[in-house]
Amino acid sequence: MGFFLETFLGGLMTGLLYALIGLGFVLIFKASGVFNFAQGAMVLVAALAMARFSGWATEALGSMVLGNVLAFLMSVAFMIAVAIVIERLVLRHLVNQELTTLLMATLGITYVLDGLGQMVFGSSVYTIDVGMPKEPLFLFEGVFEGGMLINPDDLIAAGVAATLVATLALLFQYTKVGRALRAVADDHQAAQSVGIPLGRIWVVVWAVAGIVALVAGIVWGSKLGVQFSLSTVALRALPVVILGGLTSVPGAIIGGLIIGVGEKVSEVYLGPFVGGGIEVWFAYVLALVFLLFRPEGLFGEKHIDRV
Amino acid sequence: MNDMTQTLETPVAGRERIGGVILDLQNISLRFGGVKALTDISFDVREHEIRSIIGPNGAGKSSMLNVINGVYHPQEGRILFRGALREKMEPQVAAAQGIARTFQNIALFKGMTVLDNIMTGRNLKMKCNLFQHALFWGAAQKEEIAHRIKVEEVIDFLEIQSIRNTPVGRLPYGLQKRVELGRALAAEPELLLLDEPMAGMNVEEKQDMCRFILDVNDEYGTTIVLIEHDMGVVMDISDRVVVLDYGKKIGDGAPDEVKNNPDVIAAYLGTSH
Repeated sequence: MGFFLETFLGGLMTGLLYALIGLGFVLIFKASGVFNFAQGAMVLVAALAMARFSGWATEALGSMVLGNVLAFLMSVAFMIAVAIVIERLVLRHLVNQELTTLLMATLGITYVLDGLGQMVFGSSVYTIDVGMPKEPLFLFEGVFEGGMLINPDDLIAAGVAATLVATLALLFQYTKVGRALRAVADDHQAAQSVGIPLGRIWVVVWAVAGIVALVAGIVWGSKLGVQFSLSTVALRALPVVILGGLTSVPGAIIGGLIIGVGEKVSEVYLGPFVGGGIEVWFAYVLALVFLLFRPEGLFGEKHIDRV
Repeated sequence: MNDMTQTLETPVAGRERIGGVILDLQNISLRFGGVKALTDISFDVREHEIRSIIGPNGAGKSSMLNVINGVYHPQEGRILFRGALREKMEPQVAAAQGIARTFQNIALFKGMTVLDNIMTGRNLKMKCNLFQHALFWGAAQKEEIAHRIKVEEVIDFLEIQSIRNTPVGRLPYGLQKRVELGRALAAEPELLLLDEPMAGMNVEEKQDMCRFILDVNDEYGTTIVLIEHDMGVVMDISDRVVVLDYGKKIGDGAPDEVKNNPDVIAAYLGTSH
């Protein structure tokens, strides 16, 4: 019992990490109808920025807490600057263009960000230490034999992800800004005609996606270290958004959790029968099944075409 | 909020409803590369009137509307809106100046509900900033509610209460056109540009749409520039009509004058040489 729960919880935590990255995809997809290939690169750049800033700020201020807070604020400012530059140099010139054009543009942005990020911040492996408690906790020792092991930093990460998701879901569904974002995704021309400034909306959404990438980068980076492979972690989040639906903020989370748990539980309990390695392909197969039978995902907007 | 109640509750009185010139287009020429979409076109629009633009397909009607709306920038000519010379500008600036429009091929936000679509029309009237909205606190919440009330008025006016929460992508064509009109009305525009609001409608839907257009004009005093192909409708509801053909103006005046203008008859029916 304890072992199953531990596996299950471990899966939930991994799932949350996937979800954080998936969330970035969903944000930009909702606001521009474009699948943003650059999300992984944004996670990498944000994590690199955070790692370097925090090293520098901690030294300068002599306190880890203050240093990290300052570094976080600087990284947020940095991601906002990145969003502004992307809008100025790329998106602004693609208003009213085909979505495929925008899609290709995000591929280009990926390479530029990957390259520039490592050029500016260096390409060695860095660590992010935000001082999360690492001592594992034992829970339910009285309930069943052996209890279960939990990492408190996982719990904190879960709390952060949950808050982020709740805020974003409400923002999208019930406010003027959320409506403007959805409107821009649907129709550039119509959005302009009701006075929605496309440029500003894009800056907002890329900045928010950048901040989500920063949070994801910090959580991933503090567990695994900051290195180039963070950029490809985004590929692991791809099945998450297919499962949850590209247009749904809560969908990204639930998709992430299902895949995280599915991976871990099937690896542990089914793995021995097929020689292991399920974890690597589980998510993709699940995504494939969904693409075949429910292409809009669990919570995505159903696409209806009139004939 | 105050200006809304004013326009809502003071219908413009009877026959003397038409005021001074609100929009003055002078010698407008628009080219796309070598193609002349509009050549030296001048006309004006007076306050509170219904001004129609007609002409055969490809005459430049939609281009004209896009010029007024700031989508296209003419190479020559001057545009005066409320007496002020207009600089080159983007459509969202036109929206901020009180110009709202509908599109020939409906441009609604298909995944959003009727209510949300019409709420986007109030976008410019909402003043709270991003952070207040992110928190949905105090002022932002109050603002949202106040605007929701206005939107409900528009929904009542257009008689679309029953489809309030339907995603517009699921609605039949005629209703989508009505929702698009609603989104434009929600902005409480001074000048409303309608690009073929009745295209593809059956007789009943057309009658409804005519009634809404006349009511908007009558109750809110909104100035309307209308592009329409149905001559019966145009002649019935317009105060003045301007006729375009191959990007040139060939007629301008009250419906009866235009109807008897030989150039207009030739453009529509062809001439025997």
